[in-house]
Amino acid sequence: MSETSRIKPTKLNTAVAVELDRVNKWYGDFHVLRDIDLKVMGGERIVICGPSGSGKSTMIRCINRLEEHQKGRIVVDGVELTSDLKKIDEIRREVGMVFQHFNLFPHLTVMENCTLAPIWVRKMPKKDAEDIAMQYLRRVKIPEQASKYPGQLSGGQQQRVAIARALCMNPKIMLFDEPTSALDPEMVKEVLDTMVGLAEDGMTMLVVTHEMGFARQVANRIVFMDEGQIVEANAPEEFFAHPKHERTKLFLSQILR
Amino acid sequence: MTMSEGELAVAELHFVRDRAIAPQPPPASMTGALGWVRANLLSTPFNIALTVIVVALLAWVIPELAKFLVFDAVWSGADRDACREAVQHREIGACWPFVWERLPYFVYGSYPIPERWRVDAFFVMLALGIVWLLWLEAPRRDIGVVYCFVVLPIAAFILLHGFEAIGLPVVDTVLWGGMLVTIVVASVGIVVSLPLGILLALGRRSHMPTVRLFSTLFIEFVRGVPLITVLFMASVMLPLFVPERLEPDKLLRALIGIALFASAYMAEVVRAGLQAIPKGQFEGAMAVGLGYWPMMRLIVLPQALKITIPNIVNTYIGLFKDTTLVFIVGIFDFLRAVEVARIDPKWATPVTSTTGYAVAAMFYLAFCYGMSRYARAMEARLAAGEKR
Repeated sequence: MSETSRIKPTKLNTAVAVELDRVNKWYGDFHVLRDIDLKVMGGERIVICGPSGSGKSTMIRCINRLEEHQKGRIVVDGVELTSDLKKIDEIRREVGMVFQHFNLFPHLTVMENCTLAPIWVRKMPKKDAEDIAMQYLRRVKIPEQASKYPGQLSGGQQQRVAIARALCMNPKIMLFDEPTSALDPEMVKEVLDTMVGLAEDGMTMLVVTHEMGFARQVANRIVFMDEGQIVEANAPEEFFAHPKHERTKLFLSQILR
Repeated sequence: MTMSEGELAVAELHFVRDRAIAPQPPPASMTGALGWVRANLLSTPFNIALTVIVVALLAWVIPELAKFLVFDAVWSGADRDACREAVQHREIGACWPFVWERLPYFVYGSYPIPERWRVDAFFVMLALGIVWLLWLEAPRRDIGVVYCFVVLPIAAFILLHGFEAIGLPVVDTVLWGGMLVTIVVASVGIVVSLPLGILLALGRRSHMPTVRLFSTLFIEFVRGVPLITVLFMASVMLPLFVPERLEPDKLLRALIGIALFASAYMAEVVRAGLQAIPKGQFEGAMAVGLGYWPMMRLIVLPQALKITIPNIVNTYIGLFKDTTLVFIVGIFDFLRAVEVARIDPKWATPVTSTTGYAVAAMFYLAFCYGMSRYARAMEARLAAGEKR
């Protein structure tokens, strides 16, 4: 990816979108997240990379409480995540998530997938929800598939529906958990292009991915994790040109060929 | 000119298709009736053997059945003499006049004759409700649901039990019998067991320990005892603990026993379906902000129930036939009515019992096969909606 194709840095808000403060998590005896400190400003785009098992997915899944952390604070959009169900629902309304395996609802059409949450969570009238859904389906370039079922779409199309579904809730923050890892190679680009478009519009994004071209083009900051810790975080130019930590150098040498 | 080995290899590597191959129809042996017979009946030696055995079996059973039920059957008569070989001097099959005469008894039991229109009205209302609910293109199915689950139970109670204030004399449930009882018991079991089973299944997977403990205990306890024991408990043991004044009706007790029993089985069926839903579906639903109940109602249960349709219907069919056990606590269901009628001296012939049981078999077969067919149609329809 050439330097010219980089998205110009959006002006970041001064507001903190997500703050993780000494977050720790265990699976049984296994210490998956160790003292994670990360502050994401509004409009900032963070790419998180690292070897498998390094805790990157777990970390972003803690942000909308799909995983529970045991120690430390997580503050999302000014609301601290506790076991208070009301607050969890409040945060989930504002945080969209895109999964590796799409997790679309197979028994609902594309349109119904997109309107479900606005209708049931935001209590939006059906007509309005459909208008908004159509707008986002156009944006991810599949309005003509609205009445199909997810099983009738290709992987790339399904993932774009998943992005549209998340956007229909008009979230302030978007989490992407390896959005292109389950896709056939020829479909990766259409999904990444959609994400680049989102970035251009100034969405706050936390993206777990191995697509280093995308990271270079879009990220304000790249966070490298290993063994449940943040090993290195830096702007993409510095991160790729001058990795500081030995683990980072090793990782980059393995994935950049 | 001879090519060297090197040249030959290059020539073979290089290939460019100059025209496309058009699709052609499959060979005749794959299509039509002949193709079907070859593929389904005669594909392997084992399959051929099975086909021969089944055809032989059918050739043996069907003529016998037809002979008994139709060709040798007696179609009219006033009493046992019409169906006795000694009197008629011919081979005698099914004794249908016996069935015609006892049919009202099979349907209503001892329900007072002047009040039997109430049972008919109930049957009509029930049929309407079933069609409304099961026919997926029916108009206003939302009203249909209210009708089936609110209007119908109340109306059925008023009609069948009676309500003095509007001039319907009370008919004690002791007098109820026959198909009426079978259908009432089965309907209550079917209608109660699914929602209760769903709640128990959700409870058993709940994160709340008390809810989980209660659900698990209930399911394991009820599944762990025979239905007959539950019925005995309800009808024999309960009166020992409850003051006579409060003692609930015998039929009601059996209804509650059967409904709870079926719910425990249904809970495990539904739980199996819940187990099969991938974690990603829960996460997808949670991530868009759905709470527990909307997530279950809109995302998880529709998928879980869909894959458990065969098992749900299996449980329903089992339940329908289990209703015959209520005779043990002195309730006159359809099978019991047949049992009583067949030993009536007026119709005492060698074929009376067989005829009565044939009627019972046809009745149960019609209902169970109907449920089975409907479920198959539903599955096909749901599968067609979502597959590519």
